[in-house]
Amino acid sequence: MSNALKKFYVFLVFVFMYAPIVVLMVYSFNDSQSSSAVWRGFTFEWYAEMVNDSQMMKALQTTLVIALSSAVIATVIGTLAAIGIHNMRKTPKNIVMNVTYLPVLSPDIVTGISLLMLFVFLRVPLGRYSLLLSHVTFCIPYVIISVLPKLTQLDKNMYEAALDLGASPLHAYWKIILPEILPGIVTGFLFALTLSIDDFVVSFFTSGAGATNLSIYIYSAVSKRYNPSINALSTIMFLVIFLLLVLINFRTRGQEKKKKANY
Amino acid sequence: MKRAFTAYPYLVWSIIFIIAPLILVLYYGLTVPGPDGGAVFSLENFVKFFTSPIFMAAFWRSIWTAALATIICLLIGYPVAYFLSGTIFKNKNLLLLLLVIPMWMNLLLRTYAWLILLDNGGLINTVLEFFGLGPVEFLYHEYSIVFGMVYNFLPFMILPIHSVLVKMDHSLIEAAQDLGANRTKVFFKITFPMSLPGILSGITMVFMPAVTTFAISDILSGRTIQLMGNLIEDQFLRSDNWNFGSTMSIILMVLILASMVISSRYEKDNQGGGLF
Amino acid sequence: MKKTLKKIGVLMCAALVAVASLAGCSSDGGEEKVTLRVYNWGEYIAPGLLEQFEEETGIHVEYDTFNDNESMYAKVKNSGSDSYDIVVPSDYMIKKMIEEDMLAPINYDNVPNIKNLDPSFTNLSYDPEGTYSVPYLWGTVGILYDIDQTGRELTSMKDMFDPAFARKVCMLDSIRDTIGMTLKMQGYSMNDLDPAHIAEVRDILLEQKPNVLAYGTDELPAKVIGGTAAMAMVYSGEGIRAVEEQPENMRFVIPEEGSNLAVDSFVILKTSQNKEAAEQFLNFMLDADVALENAIETGYSTTNAAAREMLPDEIKNDPGRYPSQDVLDKCEIFETLPADNTDYIDAWNQIKAK
Repeated sequence: MSNALKKFYVFLVFVFMYAPIVVLMVYSFNDSQSSSAVWRGFTFEWYAEMVNDSQMMKALQTTLVIALSSAVIATVIGTLAAIGIHNMRKTPKNIVMNVTYLPVLSPDIVTGISLLMLFVFLRVPLGRYSLLLSHVTFCIPYVIISVLPKLTQLDKNMYEAALDLGASPLHAYWKIILPEILPGIVTGFLFALTLSIDDFVVSFFTSGAGATNLSIYIYSAVSKRYNPSINALSTIMFLVIFLLLVLINFRTRGQEKKKKANY
Repeated sequence: MKRAFTAYPYLVWSIIFIIAPLILVLYYGLTVPGPDGGAVFSLENFVKFFTSPIFMAAFWRSIWTAALATIICLLIGYPVAYFLSGTIFKNKNLLLLLLVIPMWMNLLLRTYAWLILLDNGGLINTVLEFFGLGPVEFLYHEYSIVFGMVYNFLPFMILPIHSVLVKMDHSLIEAAQDLGANRTKVFFKITFPMSLPGILSGITMVFMPAVTTFAISDILSGRTIQLMGNLIEDQFLRSDNWNFGSTMSIILMVLILASMVISSRYEKDNQGGGLF
Repeated sequence: MKKTLKKIGVLMCAALVAVASLAGCSSDGGEEKVTLRVYNWGEYIAPGLLEQFEEETGIHVEYDTFNDNESMYAKVKNSGSDSYDIVVPSDYMIKKMIEEDMLAPINYDNVPNIKNLDPSFTNLSYDPEGTYSVPYLWGTVGILYDIDQTGRELTSMKDMFDPAFARKVCMLDSIRDTIGMTLKMQGYSMNDLDPAHIAEVRDILLEQKPNVLAYGTDELPAKVIGGTAAMAMVYSGEGIRAVEEQPENMRFVIPEEGSNLAVDSFVILKTSQNKEAAEQFLNFMLDADVALENAIETGYSTTNAAAREMLPDEIKNDPGRYPSQDVLDKCEIFETLPADNTDYIDAWNQIKAK
């Protein structure tokens, strides 16, 4: 196969991946109320309507608030957990790690229904807090998984040396360990953030009154009449994610270059 | 460094929010409501599931649609991973990033977008009709669901294969070529076997979300076709039968565990750290 | 590294603000602003009314929507002690919720506008005294069709099963409506409990399934308007709005065999902490002008006598919205299924999972 043909094949796959996204973006500017494919002129109307749609904006707010707070809580609990797990002996460590992998490996729908049953069983009302609790639950393992390798790479002697020099254990952790594992924590945080924003299935089962997030909103909107504001919303979401990822990518590449320069 | 106390909050958390819920699933799945309002141990719901042709049909449908989607992902995805790991592209990192970006967009939105393209009055059919090829019913069939799965989970196949291919020891290939093997032979004797771990984790990563989905089938089949995920959703959010819903969840979990065990048995290069 | 630490600090602070605002949102209920949580059918209120209510009363409304009675019931039941204040179930579901002691009696001293209610809606079988429910809108189930595609007028439920329209038909994704309308077609009551009749209807629907393009609720009219389907079983309001949108080729008809007469009512959940605010909301919705707007915008039929008086003639005389007594005589209100009846759910599961 010639290189041109290979390139063309990869190009086709990319067209496949991006076709629906491009269509959503283009149709967010189509001056038509119905889903028909006909182009009826350019308009910003759906963007204005999106901003004025209080339900949609409320859902956006819920998504962002839940994502930020669950990511922070998961990062704190997860980082502490990773440090603790790192200090454990082999058997308890293996047990805890296997438990940690459970939510990663079990399908979303099972996580969703099992948490739903738990909340009903414990009489936790379905709403913002049940949503927060379940998001924290499925985010923590990813934080642990991101932080743990950094701890293993750590030079034990540095911590001991700090203790020898009279630092308190807490101080030593703060000054020595934390900066070393920070990249892992940041990765875990970002992981948690995106997972929470992206989640539909677990939220679908565990949210309740006044806690409709974007995913749930979109799901119910899909089973309603065609709403071009959804196209507008997805265009903006896509652009934000696109910019974020490109930014992160450049940042990490910049860091790699710096590191290389240091050696 | 034997202080594990910082993990205690997490331990408490995991007992309440990870272990207890799964115990609830087992409890409800293995019981039925008793006459006095309590629960009685019973395998009744398993019998109900496996003897009902309707539920079994949904069960097999879930498996074959997910399996077909996995195979198609492999067939489409392997060449992409292979080409991206080679030398024909200069900006490979950018291409990989571009492959990942759609995954960060909400699955529902991505799937919903295909409605606009593929519906009977949609963009593609408008073009087809213009050329007299007339409307084709792309949606509302089982293969529409397979299509949606392939679209949503393709990157999950490409990425693990790619990462294995990139790490591969290229001196082996050169040695084989030096010894006179042609390119086809090199591929099937060396490259492909060495990328098996990537293929296996790709298969797991595609099969698992595919076999448990309910949103893709809902959106692309006009709710005419039900998968296991739809049945479970219905028991919890409409029919209000937790026992039967839990039973089906257990069956689904066993199915996934079985597929993971099978794939890990063939996986020589086990990365470790997994369950069991 | 210090810089990164600072960045993390900023991020953490931002997140703390987020957590605080999360806590803030839900504690609104306390001193300053009452938050009322309303759970209604999708597209079942005139746009702008919620904002008007908020402005008039200072009560903040959180509004969510559902697509069918059964999923509303499951969500409310699972939500426990801190759920919605007001939901809008249909007749048979209200009876079920009354029987399960999920509803709070309404204090009509706070609802003076109840005087506007049409007297014929004051003693309905599911809640004879109106203790727990205030009727909102009512409607029927009918057929929305594209006359250009069908080429003829449709009159009967049997048209939905005509093989000539294979893959052009959409059915309601609603257990009681779909089974009930088919029972009606076969000449039985919509509340028939005879297992043989239900099995007969199940087989008819199973046989029809390969010809069904989609099951759904609110998304179906768009499929007919867009030309994807030729006909769909829809709730009357949805059908009527579709006809208004595209009068050239859209038609809505109540099948000659009769239909379901569904009365959706406001109820206050027993767990509500804001009963008075909820009653204020009911009073607002019973206001003649508000009810008029709902009656015009939603496409459904009003239970509000004062509003009905004020309706423009073309709506007042619309046989889709306000069918003649002959048609109404053929309609039935759903009765709650006995708790131990599994025939319906089994039949429905089989139809959906086929």
